[in-house]
Amino acid sequence: MAQVHLRKVVKEYEGGVQAVKGIDLDIADHEFVVLVGPSGCGKSTTLRMIAGLEEISGGEIDIGGTVVNDVPPRDRDIAMVFQNYALYPHMTVYDNMAFGLTLRKFDKGEIKRRVENAARILDIGMLLDRKPKALSGGQRQRVAMGRAIVRDPKVFLFDEPLSNLDAKLRVQMRTEIKKVHQTVRTTTVYVTHDQVEAMTLADRVVVMNHGKIEQVGPPQELYHHPKTRFVAGFIGSPSMNFIPARLEETSGGLVVRMTDRAVLPVPASRTARYAPHVGRDLLFGIRPEHLTEPHPNEHRPNIAHFEAAPEVVEPMGMETLLHFWVEGHEICARFDPAVEVAPGKPAAMAVDMDQMHMIDPKTDLVL
Amino acid sequence: MSASTANTIASYTGKKLGSLRSERRWALWTAYASLIVATIIFLAPPFYMLVTSLKSSSEISNLSGNPWLVRAPTLENYKELIANPLFRGFFVNSVIITLCVVAISMVISVLAAFSLARMKFWGSQALATGVFLTYLVPDTLLFIPLYQIVGSLGLLNSIWGLILIYPTLTVPFCTWIMIGYFASIPKELDEAALIDGAGWMQMLTKIFIPVALPGIIAATIFAFTVSWAAFVYPTAFVTTPEHMPLTIGVVSQLIRGDTFAWGQIMAGALMAALPPVVVYAFLMDYYIAGLTAGATKG
Repeated sequence: MAQVHLRKVVKEYEGGVQAVKGIDLDIADHEFVVLVGPSGCGKSTTLRMIAGLEEISGGEIDIGGTVVNDVPPRDRDIAMVFQNYALYPHMTVYDNMAFGLTLRKFDKGEIKRRVENAARILDIGMLLDRKPKALSGGQRQRVAMGRAIVRDPKVFLFDEPLSNLDAKLRVQMRTEIKKVHQTVRTTTVYVTHDQVEAMTLADRVVVMNHGKIEQVGPPQELYHHPKTRFVAGFIGSPSMNFIPARLEETSGGLVVRMTDRAVLPVPASRTARYAPHVGRDLLFGIRPEHLTEPHPNEHRPNIAHFEAAPEVVEPMGMETLLHFWVEGHEICARFDPAVEVAPGKPAAMAVDMDQMHMIDPKTDLVL
Repeated sequence: MSASTANTIASYTGKKLGSLRSERRWALWTAYASLIVATIIFLAPPFYMLVTSLKSSSEISNLSGNPWLVRAPTLENYKELIANPLFRGFFVNSVIITLCVVAISMVISVLAAFSLARMKFWGSQALATGVFLTYLVPDTLLFIPLYQIVGSLGLLNSIWGLILIYPTLTVPFCTWIMIGYFASIPKELDEAALIDGAGWMQMLTKIFIPVALPGIIAATIFAFTVSWAAFVYPTAFVTTPEHMPLTIGVVSQLIRGDTFAWGQIMAGALMAALPPVVVYAFLMDYYIAGLTAGATKG
C-alpha cells in the first residue's frame, strides 16, 4: 500500500501539444481516487504516466515515497486493469493470473495460494482452467482484476475498465470493484468518462478538463459545491441547467432575473455572497432534480414557483424529464412520474433556490 | 391497410425475391464454371506428370494413342529414382538447405518484425518500408553481385552458400508478414506484460510468439516454399551433383544432352512437390489466417 503524489506533472507530445498541463495531486494510502473528464482531458495519459507506460515531460511522480519518473513499469509495483481486459489469449485464467508472479520467480505454492485467494474474492474459481475466449465480458474483466489482485501491488490502476461492458453488467461490476477495494484496501486510481461511475466508486473524484485538474473532492462536495461551470455541468445527470440571468436588488432582497416574467428570489443566506455581483450578467445554474413539481404541503423554505409548458416529456419510469426553453436555452426539470404532464400543456414548477448556483461567465467560476 | 396497397406490396416483394433468387443462381453457375475451368488449368499439368511418371520409356515414346491415359502402369521410374544414391543426395541437400533457411529466416524475421512493429524507435517506419522494398528486387538481378559475395567467402558450389543467400529472398517477406501480424496484437497486451514484469525478450517469447503462431506458421510455409523450390540461385552457384538440391538435381542429372528421361523427370518432380503439398494441406488455415491478419477488426 502506498501514497501517490503527482507534482507539476506535464505530458507534452511531439509538436508541442500538451496533454497534461502541470497537475498536482496527492492520493492517500488506501484511497480510491477516480479521474473523470471528457475524452481528451488527459485522464488516461495521467494514469499511464503513473503506470510508467508514458514518459513524463516534466514534474515528478512519487509512489510510496520513491520518485519513479525513470523507473520502468515492472519496478513500480503497480497493477493495471485495461479497458479491453488485455488478457493473454493463449493462457488459461490461472496462467493469466499467475504470469506476473511467475516472472517474479514466486514459489509455486505461493502462486497457487494467491491465485486461489483472488479467484475466491472474485468468484471465478470455476473458470481457472478456461481460456479467455471462453469467458463472457464480465468474467474477463474479473480475471483482469484477479491478475491485479494476485500481485498485491502498492497501487491499482484502472483504465476505463467497464467501458466495454453492457449497461447492466457495468452496474454489477461497479459494485464488484467497490467490494474488492473494501476487501483489499489497495490504493486505487481509476479512470472513467462516466460521472456516475466516478460518483459511486470514489472516495475522492478528480475532475479533469483540457489537461488540467478542475476540482478535487469527495463526490458529494463536487455535486453540491462545484467550483467551476465545467464541474457543475459535468457532475450530475442530466446536467445542470444554465440560464443567463442578472442579479438585482429589490426591496425584498436579491433576485435572479432571467426574463421579465421569470424572476426568482435569492435565499437570504446567499445575500452576502452575491451582493458584490448585483447588476452583473451572470449564469444561473440549477440541477434538474431541484426543478420539480410543487409539493402541496411544502415545508422547505426558499422554494420559488413558476409555470412553463414543456416541449418534450420523457417518461423514464422512476421519474419524468420535462424539457422546455427559456430565452433560447433548453431547461430540464425532473418530475415525479405520478404527476400528469403533457407536451405543450403548462405545468407548475418549483425551484429549490437553496440549491442554486451563480456562475461568472467570464471566469467560469462558481460564485 | 387497404386491400390494393397490400396487393401492391405483395407483388412488389414477390418480384424482388424472384429476381434475387435468379441473381443468386446466376452467380452460383458463374462461380462453378470458373472454378471448374481453374481446376482443370491448375490440375492438368500435375495430372499429366503423374500419368507420364507411371509409363515406361517405350510407352512415353510411342506417339500413338491418348497421351493422357496409361496403358501399362509401372512404378519402375519411382523405384529407379529412389534406388539412385544421387537422387537421395539431392533430397537430403534440399531438406538440409530448407531446414536451415527456414530456421534462419524465422529467427531473423521474428526479431526484426517485433522490433519494427513494437519498439517504436527513430526510423522504424522507414526501415519497415525498406524491408518490404528489398522484396521487390527480383532474384535474377541479385545473383551476379551475390555470386561475387559467395565466391569471396569461398562458398561457391556448396549448400552452405545457398543457406547463406536464400534468406535474402525469404527474410523480407517473412518480416513483412510478421510485422502485420504483430501490429494486429493489441498494444495493451504488451503493456500488461510490461507491468506484469516482463522484459522485451520475455514479452516476445511468452506473449507474442504464442499469440502470433498463425502468422509465424504462414511465414514458415513461405520460407519453406521459397527455399524448397528455389531454382535460379542453385543453378548459378552449384555445379557438382553432390551439392545440388532436388530442383536442379533432377533436371541436370536426368537430361543428358538431348536425351530426356521423361518418366523419371516426372516421378522426381512429383516426389519433390510432395513435401510442400503435405505442408499446405495441413497448415492452409494458418497460412490464410497469417496472411490476412489485421485485415478485419479482431
